[in-house]
Amino acid sequence: MLTQLFLLADEVTVNLPGDLAVSGQPSAYEITLLLTIFLLAVFVGFEIITKVPPTLHTPLMSGSNAISGITLVGALLVVEMGSGWFAQTLGFLAVVLATINAVGGFLVTHRMLEMFRKKKG
Amino acid sequence: MTETQLNIVYMVVAVLFIVGLKGLTHPKTAVRGNIFGSFAMLIAVVVTLLVGGMNYWLIAVGLLIGGIIGAIFAVKIQMTAMPQLVALFNGFGGAASFLVAGASLLTSTKAELTVANLVATALSGLIGAVTFSGSLVAFGKLQELKFVKDVRFNNQQLINSGLSVGAVLFGVLMVLMPEYAGLFYILMVLLSLALGVLLVIFIGGADMPVVISLLNSYSGLAASAAGFVLGNTVLIVAGSLVGASGIILTRIMCVAMNRSLTNVLFGKMQASGESASADEVYANVKSTSPEEVAMLLEVCERVLIVPGYGMAVAQAQHAIRDLTNELKSRGVKVEFGIHPVAGRMPGHMNVLLAEADIPYDLLREADEVNSEMEQIDMAIVLGANDVVNPLARTDPNSPIAGMPIIDVDKAKTVIVIKRSLSPGFAGIPNPLFAADNAQMLYGDGKQAVVEITKALQEG
Repeated sequence: MLTQLFLLADEVTVNLPGDLAVSGQPSAYEITLLLTIFLLAVFVGFEIITKVPPTLHTPLMSGSNAISGITLVGALLVVEMGSGWFAQTLGFLAVVLATINAVGGFLVTHRMLEMFRKKKG
Repeated sequence: MTETQLNIVYMVVAVLFIVGLKGLTHPKTAVRGNIFGSFAMLIAVVVTLLVGGMNYWLIAVGLLIGGIIGAIFAVKIQMTAMPQLVALFNGFGGAASFLVAGASLLTSTKAELTVANLVATALSGLIGAVTFSGSLVAFGKLQELKFVKDVRFNNQQLINSGLSVGAVLFGVLMVLMPEYAGLFYILMVLLSLALGVLLVIFIGGADMPVVISLLNSYSGLAASAAGFVLGNTVLIVAGSLVGASGIILTRIMCVAMNRSLTNVLFGKMQASGESASADEVYANVKSTSPEEVAMLLEVCERVLIVPGYGMAVAQAQHAIRDLTNELKSRGVKVEFGIHPVAGRMPGHMNVLLAEADIPYDLLREADEVNSEMEQIDMAIVLGANDVVNPLARTDPNSPIAGMPIIDVDKAKTVIVIKRSLSPGFAGIPNPLFAADNAQMLYGDGKQAVVEITKALQEG
């Protein structure tokens, strides 16, 4: 099975579900679009996060950390039926780790923010 | 579900993430913001599952295991241990990214392995692996595990450069020889894992706020790169938001220490030139007792409390709340001066004080309190050292020269609660401790504050 790793191209085929090009080959045009989205999102991020007060920096960090658990979506997409056991194992581990990241991150952020909310001066 | 429908839902998810983050700009809207974020994640997961063709049993088991572990961590963790937890979660996110990129590489056909796809895969693997191992080491350091403490060996920079070059080289080889991409990917990930360990293992505790912020940023960038691998917009947007957030926090932390990022990552604190030895500086240190502090407090109108990592270690935040309430009931105005790098992660002190029910509007930033320092009757320094060291202002040769500090030495009286005169992270003596208006109260932070409060109530 490990030969898959080294000579993956010919032996492994992907079963793409439906009309979805899940890990398709983006054209140059599509890549430019994706890069545009990336850069715009970075700017939006800068604009919003600069306004977060120092008091909330720890919740910001754990909350944004939870958002980076979005890799979970990627992990789900690679646990495809019909792909080899090795790919599925990697995907499974990714699902577990990303879920810990997302679920734990949002919950602990909620716990923290509740402590901030109940105060009034 | 067609690709178009899926992408429309992803667009809504991206907007919800942005709105959620925007909520975090104020304590009143922050809870809602976080809930928006978690809903966005839920929606993204559900619509992705609707795509179909996946091994649902495997996914269900993975979600269940991950969800339970994550929830247990989130509920059980003590607030003082937040930096460790964030480091650990960061690491998991990074690992997930390099695993996803690896699995995608395995399942791709030759035609799908375009240059762009391979570049994104390489970036995802490299950043993800560095994030994973670096975060685990940061976790170990914050948890004060012995084997990652004070590790030193020679040629650190040389080894790091070698590993970086090697990892990048394998990444380039992936693109040049796609038929062996899997092999090169594994080698690159291994080198990156080693690099992550070595990058973080030399970094001292007080620099942890910078390291955690940076790793936070990396975990986002790794997710973004995985998004490019899969051509998935929601990964790209969410990842870049996190990347931006981490970079901003990193910059704030570096500015607060007056150090550059390269200096934190690769440099040591430069040895101070001809600064005075501890014995000379501490010739005239006066010590005091909780009872004396209580007597002094009885005539104070404005009190400033400056907490540091020592407060977290001593778990003194609840004791501080009781003291604050006692003082408030006597009509004393109590405020907190929070230095950006006090503690082990950005905002660490704020979370601990919030846990102890101290209203957030009493917490003020360094430059705010500095402008009114002359009107402060008593400044109580609790487990902080370098962030109140006046040498930063007065001695241009000091390793902390130019670092913004909280000028407690300008208050009428300063009480420093500390176990001993041992130096802080910068390794230099603090002339504040021997200043005419300063007195040392030796002991455990929590115990000392409890005794002051008791003496006040009895007195």
